[in-house]
Amino acid sequence: MTDKQSDSIFHDVASPFCGIASDDLVVEVNGNTVTVKENGDPVTRHGFESPMTDLSPRIKGQEATLDEAVSHIAALLKNSKQPLIGGMGTDLNGARAAMALADISRATIDSQFSDAAFRNILVLQDSGYMTTTLTEVRNRVDLLLVVGTDIESSFPRFFERIIWPEESMFGQQVESREIIYLGKKPSGQASTSPGGRPAEVIECDDACLPEVMSVLRALVKGKKVQAETVGGIAAADLAGIAEKLKSAKYGVITWSGFQLNYAHAEVTIQNICEMIKEINHTTRCNGLPLGGKEGDTTVNAVSSWQSGYPMRTSFSRNMPDYDPYMNRGQRMLDEGEVDVLLWVSSFNTDGRPPATDATTVVLGRSGMTFDQEPEVFIPVGVPGIDHSGRTFRCDSVVSVPLKKLRDSGLPSTYDVLTAVEQAL
Amino acid sequence: MLTKLTGGRVIDPEHGINDVVRDIYIRDGRIVEAPSDGKIDEEIDVRGKIIMSGAIDMHTHIGGGKVNIARTMLPEDHAESLLERTELMRSGCGHAAPSTLTTGYRYAEMGYTAGFEPAVLPINARQAHMEMHDTPIIDKGGYAMLGSDDFLLRMMAANEDQDAINNYVAWTLTHTQALGLKVVNPGGINAFKFNQRKLDLDEKNTFYNVSPREILQRLSRAVTELGVPHPLHVHGCNLGVPGNKDTTLDTIQGIEGLPMHLTHIQFHSYGTEGDFKFSSGAAEIAEAINRNKNITVDVGQILFGQTVTASGDSMRQFAGAPHAHPNKWVCMDIECDAGCGVVPFKYRDQSFVNALQWMIGLETFLMVDDPWRIFLTTDHPNGAPFTSYPHLIKLLMDKSFRNDMLSTLHPEAQQATHLASIDREYTLYDIATMTRAGAARLLGLADRGHLGVGAAADITVYTDHPDREKMFSSPDYVFKDGQMVVKNGQLIKITWGTTHVVKPQYDASIEKPLQSYFDKYHTLKMGNFKISDDEIIDDGRGSLTVQPLKQGGKL
Repeated sequence: MTDKQSDSIFHDVASPFCGIASDDLVVEVNGNTVTVKENGDPVTRHGFESPMTDLSPRIKGQEATLDEAVSHIAALLKNSKQPLIGGMGTDLNGARAAMALADISRATIDSQFSDAAFRNILVLQDSGYMTTTLTEVRNRVDLLLVVGTDIESSFPRFFERIIWPEESMFGQQVESREIIYLGKKPSGQASTSPGGRPAEVIECDDACLPEVMSVLRALVKGKKVQAETVGGIAAADLAGIAEKLKSAKYGVITWSGFQLNYAHAEVTIQNICEMIKEINHTTRCNGLPLGGKEGDTTVNAVSSWQSGYPMRTSFSRNMPDYDPYMNRGQRMLDEGEVDVLLWVSSFNTDGRPPATDATTVVLGRSGMTFDQEPEVFIPVGVPGIDHSGRTFRCDSVVSVPLKKLRDSGLPSTYDVLTAVEQAL
Repeated sequence: MLTKLTGGRVIDPEHGINDVVRDIYIRDGRIVEAPSDGKIDEEIDVRGKIIMSGAIDMHTHIGGGKVNIARTMLPEDHAESLLERTELMRSGCGHAAPSTLTTGYRYAEMGYTAGFEPAVLPINARQAHMEMHDTPIIDKGGYAMLGSDDFLLRMMAANEDQDAINNYVAWTLTHTQALGLKVVNPGGINAFKFNQRKLDLDEKNTFYNVSPREILQRLSRAVTELGVPHPLHVHGCNLGVPGNKDTTLDTIQGIEGLPMHLTHIQFHSYGTEGDFKFSSGAAEIAEAINRNKNITVDVGQILFGQTVTASGDSMRQFAGAPHAHPNKWVCMDIECDAGCGVVPFKYRDQSFVNALQWMIGLETFLMVDDPWRIFLTTDHPNGAPFTSYPHLIKLLMDKSFRNDMLSTLHPEAQQATHLASIDREYTLYDIATMTRAGAARLLGLADRGHLGVGAAADITVYTDHPDREKMFSSPDYVFKDGQMVVKNGQLIKITWGTTHVVKPQYDASIEKPLQSYFDKYHTLKMGNFKISDDEIIDDGRGSLTVQPLKQGGKL
């Protein structure tokens, strides 16, 4: 999957660092130094350009060979009563290897992004939803309602790539697209149209979103609302949004599970999704959940097809058991249920393991630093930089090939975890 | 290593062999001639046993986005059927939407050695292959889905010539690593995005002014002219709609003699007679199939119980969503390429409609004369999980069992069928034709589905048990590429099957408009859309088998 156009310049490079997985990056590589030359943004530049430092594994802070580190991890898992495989910042084959290892070591598996991802997954498992994907939005959206999310801070190129292309496929004037923010206001001007028309912003606190969404759904259903304001928003403004959703030809409602960061936000998302179903009785409208960076979507997809269940699945009974509450990794660590934590974070040096008394093993991106040195640290390659791979976008439909850009010699997460599995 | 299967009763319809005692020799994964020196390394006594080639499921939803949505959506269904890890097998679970590993194990345990995913959305093909890569033992492959993709509809609206369309089809098959071409509710998935709620055979997509009939003709011609062995695989208009038998009859006429495979025909064989305004159209449909030799069908039999329907047909799945059981469902518009809908469903024997669906499927099986042109499917998991195949085989082979079952169903539905008066019972030869020789021929699998010298040694050995459900649930032996993978109904070895594909030639000029289309409208680069051979081979476990084309047409 390497696609070298010259010695050091790569075109059409896909970014696994952001859930929309832009794949038009131009990247220059000099030795181990990677520079995004075109179509970069703060998220992708940080992702590609973070320098490589560590080259060799450590056991209790002492340099060790990869074989020694692998044997040490295998021994820890063999003696573990309750291992947890956490983090799960990895690509397709890393996720496959982690699942195989969880199965044989009777571990529980969870991802560092699950709190956010499960706000959507719980809705899927309880009532389902109607959603769309990025290319569909790029060509069809006439009304974009953004709920409780500042898109550009997490997805800097969302508007440029998805909402304001030069041309849409069905003769729509792109400039005519209407953007409404409900909840958080945008942190920049990315949502302003090419012609200079800013998005409409109807602000409220996150804490008010459950109530605001309930009332909006009621208004869409034609129910009378007595209150004049809801969460500080005039009910008439919400009625205006309801009318626009009903008259749009292809409305899209988007949110980020990560940014709807409050207790039981899944209920708000469920309200959005049920409202979308109701709007579809007369016109078209779809959800677009944003998220999915650094393997978030990928690991849930792989886990589902290999075990039937997404993350938060335990193999301790020698078969998959799913429980989104009991198998939440952080809960298990907080309650002292875990004796060995195997933490995988191959994309991001910031994805450090949580502080814990459990013996900690880290497969991390080179350059990761620790408050407390883990029992074992193996610097692993970054999928899409040090080795080829594949990752899913936020829509869980499109997966992109990731290119190998340099020969760092770092092993992949798949290599390490497969070696550990075989050592067991 | 030469293995001899001694004294089995061979049923091999590809060679016209019906219950003839023959020895079979296996070397290096192939069936070979008897050694001239008589030396063998291993002999397995299969005297009295029935020997067929490994079964082929030519339409089963085993991989890709909608299947995985179904899996994630149904934790309660999995919890009823957990599978423990063993020395040999990974753990897994699932009944309606089983995990990939469980899928491979279960198929092999039933004597199946290949399964084909019929709805590979080109934009999601990479995922379909990832999942099939994680499905052990069986061979696999997929049919790429076109017909609601904007690129094709733009070509048709611009009235581009057939060569250009052939080129696009060939390019798609090649770069999605597909074995055949599928169309689902032709143009209808696209029309739903423009808020059309139904699309009859001659109804136009409001934006493109193109009808399903035209799409079927264009795509069927493309497949024929490219020499792709498997005819266009058609999930027609109006799935599940009472009265859709007329659409189906029109579809058969409208293809004007070109080869066409109508899939899960049961769901497209409904009339509107009777108090319930829902009746069987099976007799008329079967008669049309018997008359039109260019038509093949698989049935999509329903069986009673909980399952999940997963389809590319977002338009019809949205319409069916109020029947979801449990009450949760997903519909998606996908990438200006296609769509999908996932709706859990419970078929009930005391429901008039469900009971009649069961009868319509069986009537179709029993009234289509030629077992080479009808295939045994439940459209897994849409009509029932594939694990119910042995039960279905018993329904076909055992009239008294069938009529006993029938007599327990919704009483008014019983009045609406003449199923009880049909005497036909499928023979073992018919079953072998439908599930082996016919399927391999239909898909163009040169070396599968038969037991001739040179064939891949995919072989299933059964005990001739009078209870056909028992017989087909638990073969004595299954060999995959010559290796014994099942013994006495139990898995004893895990192997990894190949991925069957076709590679029709295309003219690279098609990449010019495609490049521009991807750059202008898509959120993925054309180069990143293409699935390389390396991705199929992946960690080394996968492999590609390129099947030969028929004598082709214009390209």
